[in-house]
Amino acid sequence: MKPLNRVVEATSPSGIRRFFDLASQMEDVISLGVGEPDFVTPWRIREAAIYAIEHGCTAYTSNSGLIELRESISIYLSERYGIEYDPSNEIIITVGVSEGLDLAFRAILNPGDEVVFFEPSYVSYSPGIAFAGGVPVPVQSRGEDGFRCRPEELKAAITPRTKAILLCQPNNPTGSTQTRADLQAIVDLAVKHDLYIISDEIYDRLTYSGSHTCVASLPGARERTILLNGFSKAYAMTGWRVAYTCAPREITQAILKIHQYAMLCAPHVSQMAAIEALKHAENDVQSMIGEYDRRRRLFISGLNEIGLDCIEPKGAFYAFPSVRRSGLCSEEFAGLLLKEERVAVVPGSVFGASGEGHIRCSYATSLPNLEEALHRMARFMERRHASKRSPTRRMPEAAPV
Amino acid sequence: MREILEILEKDARTPPEKIAAMTGLGADTVRSQIQAWERSGVIRRYKTVIDWEQLGCEQVSAFIDVAVTPQRGTGFDVVAERIYRYPEVRSVFLVSGGHDLRVIVEGSSIKEVANFVSEKLATIDQVNATNTHFLLKKYKDDGDIFAETEADQRLVVAP
Repeated sequence: MKPLNRVVEATSPSGIRRFFDLASQMEDVISLGVGEPDFVTPWRIREAAIYAIEHGCTAYTSNSGLIELRESISIYLSERYGIEYDPSNEIIITVGVSEGLDLAFRAILNPGDEVVFFEPSYVSYSPGIAFAGGVPVPVQSRGEDGFRCRPEELKAAITPRTKAILLCQPNNPTGSTQTRADLQAIVDLAVKHDLYIISDEIYDRLTYSGSHTCVASLPGARERTILLNGFSKAYAMTGWRVAYTCAPREITQAILKIHQYAMLCAPHVSQMAAIEALKHAENDVQSMIGEYDRRRRLFISGLNEIGLDCIEPKGAFYAFPSVRRSGLCSEEFAGLLLKEERVAVVPGSVFGASGEGHIRCSYATSLPNLEEALHRMARFMERRHASKRSPTRRMPEAAPV
Repeated sequence: MREILEILEKDARTPPEKIAAMTGLGADTVRSQIQAWERSGVIRRYKTVIDWEQLGCEQVSAFIDVAVTPQRGTGFDVVAERIYRYPEVRSVFLVSGGHDLRVIVEGSSIKEVANFVSEKLATIDQVNATNTHFLLKKYKDDGDIFAETEADQRLVVAP
């Protein structure tokens, strides 16, 4: 048989997946490894979807998605961030932000074009860029620096082949947010070097201290930005697969070409549910945000108490503590923690080179679960301290994503 | 500060230290604020939500709509007071609609509740009519769902 696609062959499967297979075979596991809300979709949204099914909303929608949903999104962005998108030709409903990312990469990139982004990053960025023929160019943000996305680091990575900057804030896996000044400096770089900006803002509503800066709303950004957002995190709708892209008309037309041939449209029922979410679920969102925030505070102070040093994550629902004091690398730490204490976390190394030495813990789980996990992790750390005399292990190279 | 109350409303046994960690306030601040609320009556008392049915304890509840002739000067208040002073009366509300008072009564048997209605409630001078609805099944009470909870259906690890 002839070989499969070269790029696909060269890509290793997700490090998260590998870990999942291990954890799912064990019992009594407390999982802090889940990148989705523990809340079920608010009932009013589920009920609206049931109603939509009963009323026969089962056909394709227009390629761009239901106009009522696009209008609601347009109003939402205008009211929230003061940025205007024309629902008729600047917004497309996608099957999750995952599809939005793929569409953005494919619409922008020619073979060999480079995309610059900060690591630690969401695991799909690098492969997604590569699948679209581009070249991922990761830039490291560091734990000591609060995972700040330094514009000067980004600048140093820009070459004549750079085509786009990819941003994600609040960030998965670090939970970090970026200052308006840094984001503006990054936008200025994009303007100066004529680069596109792909801004993944799926966690925008889950911002606990300060307010979220929508990158597209910054001066100079709108004309070159593809804004990606969706319903998965804020409305606890991960399984519905519904999200959107916002971009100027010319870019949106290019994105739409791919979307209409590859996907046709996002699920009709999910779009109906999303309309209900935007129009009537604000109270549900607020109560979930309040709950995450309380868990966040409790969990972060708990981690710091047991020697897993953690800076305050200002957004998303992840803590990304350092495991330095354990003397283990992140893969070892996660593996042993799962084996000895049955707590599943994700090794930071799967999110890029600078994720090494950290673990990602999701606090999207119940308070009793978080407390029990902290208890088990404390026991684990105590044992490490007791056996500190053993020689320090060498940190292996970061695992590829 | 309001957040302290929201946490206590969900779980009255949450220790002040934990509330402090959750809210970012100092433990002493939380403790003294709770004490102040207990003194001023903002926090009236702490209760436990019990599923008596699971224990096999038969408890009969009835919702009784009561039509009342209001009195000059005091309106419904005097009649309401006469009713709510009975310990078997769990709640008394003045409501809009066809009737005036909605009363919730609890007893150990249907007969006991029926006797209360016919002998105590219906015989009050200003009470013109009563309409008794016995509780058959409790699905949700005061925000708590009395049924199987939805299990976590998420994968153990996800991106």
